Amino acid sequence: MRKAVAIVLLIIVTVGISLSLAKIPFGAPKTKVGKRYIEEGIEDTGATNIVTSVVVNYRGFDTLGEVTVLFIAAIGLGVVLTTSKREEMRKIQPASLILYTGCRLLFPLILVFGTYVFVHGHLTPGGGFQGGAIIASGFLLIYLGCRERRINRVVSNLAESLGGLIFVVIGLLGLVFGGYFLFNFLPKGTANALFSAGIIPIVYIAIGFKVGSELAGIIDNLIEES
Amino acid sequence: MTFIVSFLVVFMLVGAVAASAFRDLISAVIAAALVSLIASILFYFLQAPDVAMAEAAIGAALTAAIFIIAIRRTRRYEE
Repeated sequence: MRKAVAIVLLIIVTVGISLSLAKIPFGAPKTKVGKRYIEEGIEDTGATNIVTSVVVNYRGFDTLGEVTVLFIAAIGLGVVLTTSKREEMRKIQPASLILYTGCRLLFPLILVFGTYVFVHGHLTPGGGFQGGAIIASGFLLIYLGCRERRINRVVSNLAESLGGLIFVVIGLLGLVFGGYFLFNFLPKGTANALFSAGIIPIVYIAIGFKVGSELAGIIDNLIEES
Repeated sequence: MTFIVSFLVVFMLVGAVAASAFRDLISAVIAAALVSLIASILFYFLQAPDVAMAEAAIGAALTAAIFIIAIRRTRRYEE
């Protein structure tokens, strides 16, 4: 009986959703704002990666909120998982030779690639979030392969705090110089150059440090517990 | 191109069904990571490389690792 009711409800929901979606043309632009970003984004912001110019410049305040959500999640996890008995190190089973050698060879390359992704966020695909996630996956490899190594929590917390602080300070400087939060007050330079697009690279480098140290800290907390 | 995409979508569906059907939770996590990985390839085909990078790093690597760490602390097999 319950199964029959569930199936009937499922059919009703499916038909309803597909009927209402059928009238919307797939992929058609519904507003003019997207067209404006694509056509005038490079001129407005100086960033050749339109996604970055939307994320950091046009919608920079939303990004600040997003970073704050991640920050609060990391803090919450740290508060729940942190235990006082950190000193007693348990016997750790060493990783296999292949994993150990692979992690030692690959870890610097992953770090360099992650840094490249967030430093070039305004020119090529990627940015602070992607670069930070790549760096955190490098630290995950370290925890799998070279298990006796740990990140320095003081340095990690310092990078995290400095990243957030730089983002907010840049926003407030925009308020001072241009009249609104996150105003692009630095010179835009020529498009496609590394030093261009005003505050966008600075903000994205700050986000990269912040996201990388936060995600690595989450993994560190979890591994410490297990 | 269409052939590759439909092949990937079929694989993704298989992974999604497997993730919910497996009793061994480690296998279920790996199937879920496969879904994320194929989603990131599809994002790349749809010309969204920014999203593809985030999906590959967070969805396929970090989420799977966090799940596996959590499973190590609890039980591996579902009743």
